[in-house]
Amino acid sequence: MFRPLEKGPRRRVSVRVDGRSVEMEEDANLAAALLEAGFSPFRTTPVSGAPREPYCMMGVCFDCLAVVDDVPNRQTCLETVRAGMTVAMQEGAATVRDVEAAS
Amino acid sequence: MVGGGIVGAAIAYGLARAGEKPLLLDEGDVAHRAARGNFGNVWVQGKGAGLTPYADLSRRAANDWAEFTREIEAVTDTDLHFRRPGAFYLCFSAEDLEKRGEMMARLDAAATIKSRFEVVEAAELKRRLPAIGPEVAGAIFSPDDGTANPLRLLRALISGTVALGGTYLPRQPAEKVAFSASGVTIDTPRGKIEAERVVLAAGLGNARLAPLLGLDAPVRPVRGQILVTEKVRPFLAYGTNFIRQTLEGGCMFGESSEDAGFDEGTTLPVLRETARRAVTAFPLLRHVQVVRAWGALRIMSPDGAPIYQQTDDGRAFVVSVHSGVTLAPFHAGPLVEALRGDGFATPAYRPFSPERFHVQAA
Amino acid sequence: MSQRVDLAVLGSGPAGMAAAVAARRHGLSVALFDEQEGPGGQIYRGIESAEAGRTAILGPDYAAGRPLAAAFRASGATHHPRATVWRIGEDGLSWTSPDGGGEIEAGRVVVAGGAMERPFPVKGWTLPGVMTAGAAQILLKSAGRVADDAVFIGCGPLLALVATQYLKAGVRIRAILDTTQPRSGMAALGHLPAALAAPAALAKGIGMLARIAASQVKVFRRVEKVELLGEARLSAVRWRGPDGWHEIATERAFLHQGVIPNVNTTMAAGCRHVWDERQLSFRPETDDFGRTSLDWLLAAGDGAGIAGAKAAALSGALAGHAAAHDLGRLDAAGLETLARPLIRARRRELALRPFLDTLYRPAQAMRVPQDDDVVVCRCEEVLRGDVARAVAEGCPGPNQLKSFTRAGMGPCQGRLCGHTIVETIAALSGAEPEAVGYYRIRMPMKPVTVGDIVGPTILKEENHG
Repeated sequence: MFRPLEKGPRRRVSVRVDGRSVEMEEDANLAAALLEAGFSPFRTTPVSGAPREPYCMMGVCFDCLAVVDDVPNRQTCLETVRAGMTVAMQEGAATVRDVEAAS
Repeated sequence: MVGGGIVGAAIAYGLARAGEKPLLLDEGDVAHRAARGNFGNVWVQGKGAGLTPYADLSRRAANDWAEFTREIEAVTDTDLHFRRPGAFYLCFSAEDLEKRGEMMARLDAAATIKSRFEVVEAAELKRRLPAIGPEVAGAIFSPDDGTANPLRLLRALISGTVALGGTYLPRQPAEKVAFSASGVTIDTPRGKIEAERVVLAAGLGNARLAPLLGLDAPVRPVRGQILVTEKVRPFLAYGTNFIRQTLEGGCMFGESSEDAGFDEGTTLPVLRETARRAVTAFPLLRHVQVVRAWGALRIMSPDGAPIYQQTDDGRAFVVSVHSGVTLAPFHAGPLVEALRGDGFATPAYRPFSPERFHVQAA
Repeated sequence: MSQRVDLAVLGSGPAGMAAAVAARRHGLSVALFDEQEGPGGQIYRGIESAEAGRTAILGPDYAAGRPLAAAFRASGATHHPRATVWRIGEDGLSWTSPDGGGEIEAGRVVVAGGAMERPFPVKGWTLPGVMTAGAAQILLKSAGRVADDAVFIGCGPLLALVATQYLKAGVRIRAILDTTQPRSGMAALGHLPAALAAPAALAKGIGMLARIAASQVKVFRRVEKVELLGEARLSAVRWRGPDGWHEIATERAFLHQGVIPNVNTTMAAGCRHVWDERQLSFRPETDDFGRTSLDWLLAAGDGAGIAGAKAAALSGALAGHAAAHDLGRLDAAGLETLARPLIRARRRELALRPFLDTLYRPAQAMRVPQDDDVVVCRCEEVLRGDVARAVAEGCPGPNQLKSFTRAGMGPCQGRLCGHTIVETIAALSGAEPEAVGYYRIRMPMKPVTVGDIVGPTILKEENHG
């Protein structure tokens, strides 16, 4: 488990992770916050269903993908925590919907 | 066999299956490989509108695909991902739909081998393809169209050729071909190869090589820019004329036809227009990530139909084809029989002689 | 839409920031694009926001990024954070970001894409709980997050650096498995005299090793083979050393085999690349100023060859001045005057590389998987055995291999398998990596949605819809 090194007075916001509410530091790196929250695995692969979690943390490996605000395959290591964000684990290939038509 | 693409490999495979000892010469890793830009459509709809024998050829080959697949799978243990659910030709206006329907009717009346098709209006199309966008006016559906994985096909044809006793030599592009005392000499960067007979299936390279043997392959590159997406859950079970979801889950789309010489690059205006058309056809694609885009060069003859020609002495043959996937069963089967028998100097092949272009010019 | 700048810079690490600052000195209009929230790149990640305590743990080399970031902020260059550039060409570039995106024309483009960690393809390297040492350091730099009881595996200065930073922060380390080749120290000695030109860096390295030696952490040396075990996630690490196989239970492992240039952007642009045998990687071919074989494109920093942060800043400044000269905004004499001290300082930094590259040359077994069941391409889950079969069938190179096995076709676009594939084909076929070649990298340079390609106008409508 990843733990915070310093307990700063940072503002915490609520993020919905797989349907439950989780408190995270605002403006934190999303992948880091999810690791700290014990979100595991981040996804399973479309090829074999193998579980994956962040590997590189710098945007090159594409293993930290998750569904962020209903958009699948977001690189969580390049996302920033914002209040009201929703995150869900992605199982295999993403289901695509026409978000615009659905909303 | 000069040319290790789908066309050359299909013929080599057929020769090996017939007990011959073909030698398949291929280029290196970086080559203008039409197979890499191929959609994998086993496509019948509308083919041969300008040359009816081409319609019959395509229809016969498409009908032979299922049996061809079974055989390849038995020899190479490769699943070619062949499916024949039928395909939709999407039309963006009522006028397009009507014109296309009329063309299909004329074509089918002229063809010997019949192919079914129906005109599907927008409401019915929405029922059959729930993801279709509101701007699509309708489609022509033919149950005779199918899809296969062209990369798996190419690999299986090469490995099948070798498994059946043929030889595959990559990194040996034919630089020159010339008649020798006993047959044909092929110059490659690694030395000369002596063959009794040669088939030129070098794609765009045929334009340069064929005249060296007194043959004619007036093919030119026509670029198509293709985009491929990440894998998504299945939403498109049928083929269409410009978007296909592969069995792996990725979607590929593209339909541009450009004169760009041998440039395999992409251009922003074409990528943008291709993406726009894809989103218009299937709005949900807007949210899908594109992982690759490239320009692929089609091997186009002046009328789009195949070129089959041989020398009078039967030592050299030229095969220049744009639809290598659809015609693969034909190239591995009946065409190989012709190579081992009467060659292309028979009525069946006469319509495909490049002499047809000179007749038109005169 | 038809925006235009003199210089577009890709990447906000030391090279990118320095290029922007240098170009601005000559009055060039500059737009800098980067994926991160703030400037710094990976080496100075989180530099503007890190607390004092964290900065102390990360050390003075990290803090050196602060004035550079401040100079960049003050330079007047336009900063596009959280931006994904997906296309570059002679006519400019296309990008997208949460705030929109678009096209921009540029007289010159400096690619400062930095480094990435060399793939470390061993059994189990895709398991949850396994990440790179660089990833662990990014978690520390940008988020102040650490994990106790991890096993550190591999070789290279960064592995020792992260371990040292963990020790400084009081984080428990389960073990360090050192895969440094036993003979490399001897081989590196020949390069030591040249390396002495950079005494500070050498001293820092020695200090790190001393700190680890003085700690209670178990260090296992001469590790020849590594396997990461577990079902749903990592549960143990198994390794073979001089005295046979060992196993240790752990839920987290940090892997490292050095860094390589992140070449996807320059490859996609199509400039000439060469195989660097000492660094075991492809890199764009450049002159002292970072000019590539394409006249509109320059490459700076570790993306043009691994040389470290200080050298990166110097090469970025050189590229910025060269762009100004090439666009007619600085005369030849002016460029010469500005460049001379920069080139000299950069050569001093480079003097250390042969020593480091030789000492930490990753072992063949850590770069080229030996067992058929090891994953080579993480995205498409292509195994070493799949590659071996295709090569045995006569597959002539990485591009046909991509067609035949799907290796490199996934969302990472070959970043995490490119070098492994090249070296595996080379090992199987006996060809040199240079002759094997690399994947032909295509647009988009990073995955973007079909909607992004359609254009920003539609995207904006959607955001408001």
